[in-house]
Amino acid sequence: MEVLVASAVGILTATGLYLVLRLHTFPVILGMSLLTYAVNVFLFASGRLTIGAPPILTDDATLYTDPLPQALVLTAIVISFGMTAVVVMIALGAYLGTNDDHVDDPIISDEEDAP
Amino acid sequence: MSLFLIVALPFLGALLPGLMNSAGRQAVGGVTFTVTLAAFVGLLTNLPAVLNGEVVQTGFDWFPELGLNVTLMLDGLGFLFATMILGIGLLIIAYARFYLARDDNMGEFFTYLLLFQGAMVGIVLSDNVLLLLIFWELTSLSSFLLIGYWKHLEAGRQGARMALTVTGMGGLALIAGMLILGQIVGSYDLSVILQNRELIQADPLYVPALLLILLGAFTKSAQFPFHFWLPHAMAAPTPVSAYLHSATMVKAGIFLMARMWPVLSGTPEWFYIVTTTGLITMILGAVIALFKHDLKALLAFSTVSHLGLITMLLGTGTAFGAFAAMFHILNHSTFKAALFMSAGIIDHETNTRDIRKLGGLRHLMPITFIIATIAALSMAGIPLLNGFLSKEMMLEEMAHTYLFGPEWLVPALATFGSLFSAAYCFRLIGHTFLGPKRAPESYPAKPHDPGVGLWLPPAILVVLVVVIGVAPFVVEDFVKLVTASVLGTTAEVPTAHIKIWHGLVPALYMSIVAVGGGLIVVSKFRPLSRLWEATPRPEAKIIFDDIITALVMCARAIIHPLHNGAFTRYAMIMAITTVAASYHAWTTGVVGAVTREIQPVGWVEIGGWIMLVAAAIGLASMHYNRLLSLILIGIVGLMVSIGFVLLSAPDLAMTQITVEVVTIILLLLALNFLPNHTPVESSALRRVRDVIVASGAGLATMALTYHYLLRDAISAPISEFHLANSYEGGGGTNVVNVILVDFRGFDTFGEIIVLGIAALLIYALTETLLNGPVRARLLNRVPDKPLSGTQHPMMMVVLTRVMMPVILMVGFYIFLRGHNEPGGGFIAGLIVSIAVVMQYMASGFGWASDRQRLPYHGVIGAGVLIAGLTGIGSWFFSKPFLTSDFTYLRIPPFEKFEVATAALFDLGVFLAVVGAVMLTLESFSRLARRAHVKDSDSPMDIDPSQVIAELTQPQEGV
Repeated sequence: MEVLVASAVGILTATGLYLVLRLHTFPVILGMSLLTYAVNVFLFASGRLTIGAPPILTDDATLYTDPLPQALVLTAIVISFGMTAVVVMIALGAYLGTNDDHVDDPIISDEEDAP
Repeated sequence: MSLFLIVALPFLGALLPGLMNSAGRQAVGGVTFTVTLAAFVGLLTNLPAVLNGEVVQTGFDWFPELGLNVTLMLDGLGFLFATMILGIGLLIIAYARFYLARDDNMGEFFTYLLLFQGAMVGIVLSDNVLLLLIFWELTSLSSFLLIGYWKHLEAGRQGARMALTVTGMGGLALIAGMLILGQIVGSYDLSVILQNRELIQADPLYVPALLLILLGAFTKSAQFPFHFWLPHAMAAPTPVSAYLHSATMVKAGIFLMARMWPVLSGTPEWFYIVTTTGLITMILGAVIALFKHDLKALLAFSTVSHLGLITMLLGTGTAFGAFAAMFHILNHSTFKAALFMSAGIIDHETNTRDIRKLGGLRHLMPITFIIATIAALSMAGIPLLNGFLSKEMMLEEMAHTYLFGPEWLVPALATFGSLFSAAYCFRLIGHTFLGPKRAPESYPAKPHDPGVGLWLPPAILVVLVVVIGVAPFVVEDFVKLVTASVLGTTAEVPTAHIKIWHGLVPALYMSIVAVGGGLIVVSKFRPLSRLWEATPRPEAKIIFDDIITALVMCARAIIHPLHNGAFTRYAMIMAITTVAASYHAWTTGVVGAVTREIQPVGWVEIGGWIMLVAAAIGLASMHYNRLLSLILIGIVGLMVSIGFVLLSAPDLAMTQITVEVVTIILLLLALNFLPNHTPVESSALRRVRDVIVASGAGLATMALTYHYLLRDAISAPISEFHLANSYEGGGGTNVVNVILVDFRGFDTFGEIIVLGIAALLIYALTETLLNGPVRARLLNRVPDKPLSGTQHPMMMVVLTRVMMPVILMVGFYIFLRGHNEPGGGFIAGLIVSIAVVMQYMASGFGWASDRQRLPYHGVIGAGVLIAGLTGIGSWFFSKPFLTSDFTYLRIPPFEKFEVATAALFDLGVFLAVVGAVMLTLESFSRLARRAHVKDSDSPMDIDPSQVIAELTQPQEGV
């Protein structure tokens, strides 16, 4: 199981980063989403993996999973929705305003920001 | 009055003028004057103690760990400076009230002035060097605001920037120097530092500390080679020049040297550096001043010259030198401030400061003529005026100083400087006021004497000039007291008296030579001026600008390759750097032994993994098709949710799957406006490079994850505490939820606020887009995708209506059980949002929002408010913020159930999540609505009830 989780994190990171390095806004947003998954799973896994022992207190249970990373990741998932929404809105505004959805600004030339 | 209040009054008072701006100029000037007067009177109440030789002290600990304490002290030296700052401040405020034009924002000006005044008083009263440094920086900043007060003048802005650059750089050096001193002594209290002369001077770090502190003092007091900023700061309004650049700020460097005199002076390093710098500055300033045609520039360079004189006197390291320096500080403040104010009057009345355009003003402006002439003659060193006395003492001291070269060199150079000093004073009088009478029309404006408000402040100073000049014994005791506090325990105060007539001493001859020579030089001014203009000399501003340009180019050369505006480049650099750093950590660190067992794997897990990996890789390779990529990312999200189920995280699974739904809806809404396809633009080489970087990062995270999954944490995690206390302390069995609403409720509180802010931000962006130029584009936009024939299909409408109460019930249930079973406010909020969004999807935005009466902003606000009030509620029980409580209730015939304040908090979370999600999606839909979607009045395309009515109506009509 550890191999599967670790490789999933790795693959999500790799594909996410690859998409982040693209030139248009939409794949970059998708890449950020993939990176979010990777980070969330990574954080979640920092509580180590436990199968069949949820963080619900019962009288007969002896083994529990680590609840703390779960609580942190839960809010992270919700916040990442907010973040994605803001980024999408900015991308949309930029596209609608300029009819261009490239992420890179034109290279700064020395004349432009001269004092 | 307490010293605290004296320092605090200007800062507190600084609020008033800015706020009172609409109350009129009189009121603004009046309140500023009153505040300063109160501080001044407060200072005077401490005079008896100071005259008794006491050191008034007060203070409290602020950051004892850092050695930064608010300790203030008032001794003779501090008193002299504080009197100058507040006393001349009063005159300047009165003067500025009449000087500033109607268009100038007077409230802003006086606010800056009071800020500056407070900072200056803070410097001279500080007993802690760190506190002193804070005030020191504050003077740099507030003087920046004052110099650049006339924002419309380019010269003003440049002058302010230059002053800030030079004095700010010096300030940094000073901080370093003072820290070294503090380290040597082991205390940052000035009174302690000043007791440790031997310790400091024996320390190997004495010379670096001295150099750094002198750098701070020299930049502030405009000593060569940092003198160039002061003339450029003259672009400031004249009251600022008179205040900052004659009496106060430029003297801060002098003050610092005097303050540190007991521990720093007396060494060869001090003597050579300080005396030489002072001497050069004095001569250079005097010579340049003579050839300046702008009245204020002339005065600026003369100030530079006089500051050099004082520095030189302090540099000699003798008690008499310090005595003369203190006396000259007092005298210089009186005549120089009066001269600056006179120059301001001339500028105000004739509309020019160019000496070449002036002349003959004595007939037209007799009062100004008298004031300026007395002050200038004092500066030239004419007997019966105070400038003569201290200049005489300076020459006396220099006659006994040997620096280098032949013995007569220093006295000769000092006389040379005084000669030019006398010459520019005579030129100031002669070329401005004397000369043939001219018609008032021959000046740029018709000159006449100003109102009393402008001439009275300098007149008061000139009275002082004469009184001290005629009867020096009036101030002698006070000056000796000040000298005593400069000297500390290092030397005895000289017994010599300040006298007008000392007999035929060398200083007298030197004085006569200086004044006589000055007259000759002025009479030969024209040929000398032509010679001066013909001489090539370095222009400080050009050099300064060149240095700044070179620094900017250097910075650009480093930054631009890394930071050129290309987002992909930052991302690439960051990824490579992180991977490289972690590789370094990996190879140099120690790897512990495997301590955990591998968890078993079933076919379901492998199947899910395959789907996840396939979807992720498919996404990366097929992201050009944007609709397909949404489906693929949905698969990834789904697999992650299933993974959470398998790995004992039901709450996470529920959150992930609901967030997945709203995220996909969000992206679909966005895709409505974005192109369907991403064009292929990057070259194959670039893609290969990106694949390599991404794979490296992926491998690194994989290795890291795998590594720690097999090992236990180095120290035991704190989770045991949460598991143990969840039920007893928080009253819930779902530990994840108890952590969210109880243990770490404050975090959650912050998070719902962030979520709310994000939603509001999106709303605001939408508003901006809809009200800006984008609006027209949206309105004229032709959809690039074919619209569905049935936008609001009947089946969907009916189904969502039926499902709505069911989903709401599920949400309610999930919310209620959250404390003990998987669920809670976050998940319930997402579920309810989905229920509402479905209605929007089925019947369209217009129809649905007409029937939605709660504004989502309000829902977010209510959520945050409820959560916050729940937290505040615990204050009423004398508990810290967000302490939760719970109890068990039984209402027959139901079973016993639990009531917890945490549930109320969770309600806040729930509302905030619903509001934020809905406001976000609503904002996106509003864009679409403006674009091309026609609002329909009916909930579905084919309304069965309408159809039936149409079918039955004709029959009724028959």
